[in-house]
Amino acid sequence: MPVASKSAELIQKYEGEILQDWVQAQMTAMTSRPDLMQKAELQEQSKALLQNLAQALRSGADVADVKGAAWQEVRDFLGSVSESRGRQGFSPSETATFVFSLKEPVFQRLQRELVKDGPALAAELWALTVLLDKLGLYTIEVYQKGREDVIARQQRNMLELSTPVVELWEGILALPLIGTLDSERTQLVMEALLTRIVETGASIAIIDITGVPTVDTLVAQHLLKTVSAARLMGADCLISGIRPQIAQTIVHLGVDLGDVTSKATLSGAFAVALQRSGLAIARSPQRPA
Amino acid sequence: MDRIPILKMGDYLLVTVQVDMHDRLAMTLQEDLADRIVEARARAVLIDISALEVVDSFIGRMLGSIAAIARVLDAETVVVGMRPAVAITLVELGLALPGVRTALNVEKGMEILRRSLDASGGNGAGAESLAQPSDADAER
Repeated sequence: MPVASKSAELIQKYEGEILQDWVQAQMTAMTSRPDLMQKAELQEQSKALLQNLAQALRSGADVADVKGAAWQEVRDFLGSVSESRGRQGFSPSETATFVFSLKEPVFQRLQRELVKDGPALAAELWALTVLLDKLGLYTIEVYQKGREDVIARQQRNMLELSTPVVELWEGILALPLIGTLDSERTQLVMEALLTRIVETGASIAIIDITGVPTVDTLVAQHLLKTVSAARLMGADCLISGIRPQIAQTIVHLGVDLGDVTSKATLSGAFAVALQRSGLAIARSPQRPA
Repeated sequence: MDRIPILKMGDYLLVTVQVDMHDRLAMTLQEDLADRIVEARARAVLIDISALEVVDSFIGRMLGSIAAIARVLDAETVVVGMRPAVAITLVELGLALPGVRTALNVEKGMEILRRSLDASGGNGAGAESLAQPSDADAER
């Protein structure tokens, strides 16, 4: 079990000096971002990490096992630093440099202390390198995970945003689709539409694809699935908003929309829907045009 | 329950599935319904599956074939009250039940049946419907 006991002593002994050198190195490094973070905050973070590190090293923690319980506090601290830096707009390498840049000041002190004892110096340097590399990588991992969480959340928000089902008239629903249809979205869209059909008792649903950028065979298949499901619930579906290019693509790809009525515009589809419901729109006699 | 009741109301047969169908039950229903259509000289069948929460491919196929059998026996069939989850499942299973008429609820289902009986009653009124005036005629 490799430990870095000498480094522990050293960090404790020269804490002030190391901290000063380290902060200085971070401030002057290429990856320094004075625009995003004040020196005082950096100093505070550096000091906290150094203390956590020294404490873990003193307790004789295994440097090869940063996932172990002995490193819990260091990990938690790095996690919070990584998250806050991610929010502040630091890049991954700028974030990781925070850890890696600690090497130089500590190595210098080690070299001075162990100048007479070559093998001990080599062992200590190796142990410390292993440790700091792993901690640096951990920082990047947390950073990455934070980013992925953001992406996942945005994706969810987008899905929720993009499936409104509106009632155009009593018994006529419209589903304006915006964005590409993949299987996951189709599922959501279908559920939203069917739920609304039950709620409103609608007998006609218009799926408007004006906002769908491309219609390939897969998208068409998803559309037809939605149409079939609505039909099983007793509602007829019309597809509207087919742009000229889309119409050409559909025909060139040989996509078969089956016996689904399609219209170029939403208003066209609405007129069909009204007609099928036995309704008509008339100009009011009071206000002739 | 080992049988699903089939109720006769004028020219209509009403089937209300109140429990989750298992395979045996579906097959019994298919046989019973075929017998009853002939026996009662029904012109229309309404199958209400609003209480059906779980379907598999077998039940889905049975629904399709029950409707097809009724059609062969010259009875208009409409399946009503399918739940959204059931509809999605059937579509995902590739069972879109082509040729089966559907409606949102019993009321709309009856409306569809009444209208199609009216339409067919006009030109093809047989001895049967002369002897037994249908609900549809009474409504008008």
